[in-house]
Amino acid sequence: MASIPMHQGLLLAGILFALGLVGLLVRRNVVFTLMSLEIMLNAAGLAFVVAGARWGQPDGQIVFMFILTMAAAEVSVGLALVLRIYHRFKTLDADAVSEMKG
Amino acid sequence: MEIVFYIAAIVAIASTLMAISRLNPVHALLYLILSLLSIAIIFYVLGAPFVAALEVIIYAGAIMVLFVFVVMMLNLGQRTADMERQWQRGSMWIGPSILALVLIAEVAYLVASPGTAAYGAAAIEPKQVGIVLFGPYLIGVELASMLLLAALVGAFHLGRRTPEKTEK
Repeated sequence: MASIPMHQGLLLAGILFALGLVGLLVRRNVVFTLMSLEIMLNAAGLAFVVAGARWGQPDGQIVFMFILTMAAAEVSVGLALVLRIYHRFKTLDADAVSEMKG
Repeated sequence: MEIVFYIAAIVAIASTLMAISRLNPVHALLYLILSLLSIAIIFYVLGAPFVAALEVIIYAGAIMVLFVFVVMMLNLGQRTADMERQWQRGSMWIGPSILALVLIAEVAYLVASPGTAAYGAAAIEPKQVGIVLFGPYLIGVELASMLLLAALVGAFHLGRRTPEKTEK
């Protein structure tokens, strides 16, 4: 197989995570917020797989599978919340929800 | 094999950059799918074919289809693009970008410092992953099933159509 230095894979994961973080901080649409969260989770999984490939152990891939499960659960609940927000406030602006109480 | 990694990495970074900066949600979703597919290629090059298949099937398939369905249900279109354009000016990107650049510079410095090694490990077969998954990690599998059940119940409860009178 390829002999790619480990730090390059980790660097790619870091760049993708930073991009997701920028998107999370900048976008105000709730759908884009969820998409940025997906990017960040995926980058974390990439770091795990890179580390697992470095030592030839399957543990990194298993952690990636757990992250995948968590992302699926998170995105289903998150998108249901997006639908509720849209029906209630008729907008997807994250600031519109700031008046939520209790 | 190495050149495949670098090309896929460049495609992943470029498409993620497009995904977080597009105004139209559908365009951003298509770029995000492209990013996930290129990361699947990276997984394959790294010797993790099982995870590469999972990335394509679950991430780029199921989760992104969920996003596309919700975007279609919300009737987003030109109005949303206009709203996003109105909300974000170019100056909004400066602060978060600088902070994230500082962070990524720190990560780059740490991982590029001496002590890293190249790996030429063989591919980890799906069978090996399955044996470990249902051996030491069995508790994790059970917890994942409970998490998915909770997410199913929660999504159903939130997405249920409630009577109008309770909405006020």
